[in-house]
Amino acid sequence: MNIFCVGISHHTATVETRERYAGACPEQEWRSVLGCAEVLVLTTCNRVEVYGSAERSIATEEIVRFLQKCDPAEVGSDDPFYRYDGEACARHLFRVVAGLDSMVIGETEILGQVKKAYAAARESGNAGWLLHRLFQRAFRVAKQVRSSTDITRGAVSVGSVAVDLAVKIFGDLRERRVLVLGAGETSERTARSLCSRGVSDIRVSNRSHDRAQTLAEAVGGRAVPFENWTTQCREVDILISSTAAEEPLLTRSLLAPMMRDRADRPLFIIDIAVPRDVAPEVNELEGVYLYDIDSLQSIAEQSRAMRRQQVTAAETIIDEHVSELGARLGRGSDALPITPLDERAIRASQS
Amino acid sequence: MDRQLILASTLCFLVAVAHTLATLRDGVFRPRRFNFVAIALGFLLQCAFLSVRGHALGRCPITNLFEVFVFLAWSLGLIYLLVGPAYRLSLMGAFTAPLVLLIQGFALLAPIDIPHAASVRPNPWLEFHASMSMIAYGAFALACVAGVMYLVQERQLKSHQLHSIFYHLPPLTNLFAAITRLLWLGFALYTAGLVSGFFTGGPLPRVKMICAFGVWVFYGAILQGRYFHRVAPRRIATLCILAFSAAVSVLWAINFVAQTRPT
Repeated sequence: MNIFCVGISHHTATVETRERYAGACPEQEWRSVLGCAEVLVLTTCNRVEVYGSAERSIATEEIVRFLQKCDPAEVGSDDPFYRYDGEACARHLFRVVAGLDSMVIGETEILGQVKKAYAAARESGNAGWLLHRLFQRAFRVAKQVRSSTDITRGAVSVGSVAVDLAVKIFGDLRERRVLVLGAGETSERTARSLCSRGVSDIRVSNRSHDRAQTLAEAVGGRAVPFENWTTQCREVDILISSTAAEEPLLTRSLLAPMMRDRADRPLFIIDIAVPRDVAPEVNELEGVYLYDIDSLQSIAEQSRAMRRQQVTAAETIIDEHVSELGARLGRGSDALPITPLDERAIRASQS
Repeated sequence: MDRQLILASTLCFLVAVAHTLATLRDGVFRPRRFNFVAIALGFLLQCAFLSVRGHALGRCPITNLFEVFVFLAWSLGLIYLLVGPAYRLSLMGAFTAPLVLLIQGFALLAPIDIPHAASVRPNPWLEFHASMSMIAYGAFALACVAGVMYLVQERQLKSHQLHSIFYHLPPLTNLFAAITRLLWLGFALYTAGLVSGFFTGGPLPRVKMICAFGVWVFYGAILQGRYFHRVAPRRIATLCILAFSAAVSVLWAINFVAQTRPT
């Protein structure tokens, strides 16, 4: 039995090209028309891949032609498809689920997408014992890579870095109060990221009260007059600042008396304004954690670098699994009957 | 023979420390169950030592400085095994193991395992007083460990230099809550130990009393500062480390004086 993967991804094709293949044909037709024993189509925003097994070797051209047949309009004849067979196919899938082949190395969304595609293929009866073995192993690899390396560690965007830092300072964010000073786009994104982690008390203050109100409605918070922002500052735990002020709004002399009244309540300040709204000396105050746009971006870059460093360790884990799976699959389907345990694993992955 | 049990226990803690250092050297700090298992094994060996020595003495084995240090290390292990899982299981172990290693290593290397000159008659109040105080020291030691963790995390957040360990350390607020609880626990036990000292029946050495009250007042002042929100968390963490260092020095001094100038 030959196992193969044919596809295009963000590495080889533009988004326009990938879009043409996103509406893949029903998996059933792959079996009846093309003669595949098993087939699974994985479609995400970054890739369109067909995983299958067949008694005979099916040429890449045949598979691509079949993809084109489903949506023959505007199909390029020389679109950059790649193909992997046997162990190379397993290695590719393991790299995909572990996030090594993703645009952002180590991202975990792909694992959920692969699980969903696998569950659909199992439900429709298009994934049999061989794909079952392959994908179950892939999920194990993804889990091991995540737990044994730091490939998923650290946030890689400014918003998620800010949320990570807030969690490291406060733990649970649900009871935390946030003041958004200036109704810019980045502050809105950061406020939304905090909302996604449970923050419910968000106050928005802007020179233009209308804009403050619009942003407050968008993030489920409330607008407060700009004249009162210093009073609000005493109450909040997190301050996101992005005004267009030419001079720093928050200075050490202004903040120091406020901090005296809240000795054991830290204040996390995210200053994403350029020029900066908060004087750098503020970070020297006890209990104040000040991050400007440069430091947030630098942490995001550190995380990306850390993830890149972890690729080698992840590849080693993948190599071990590829060799082991290759040896086991070499013994054929009789050596690998689907056990009740496997069935439970299938049901678990489907749920 | 019983010293070999402590030697084996110390090796367990040494393995835990070496494992942590090895993972740190690789640039990836990864707390695992390994540390917890090594510490649990070390703790069992400490229990075996205390049991063997206790049977031999016919009383709680806190009759010389060696036994006091072993009992202190045992208390630290006990409080860690009780409290540690509530926070970051293996991570707190990674900070606890070096402290136990230091205490037991010193106890083994220093010539302090000198049998008490006169056989000490069993005294339940005295044993209660000593064991409560030692367990309180264990809680204070763990508060000190949590304080170190707090300062490490705080330093990284202030300097914007986030290392691999940053992602494994608990949030500052949680660490501060742990410090506070351990301080209250230690303070309650220490107070019980101190009060029970008045019921031992023997004469109360003035120096020992002054030192013991000094430690009690020190921890009481830290808790008061915490209770009235007057002292910043970073200072509380620093004070926990200073207070424990002072308490251990006092403990050593008291026992050293008691051994060299028995009254």
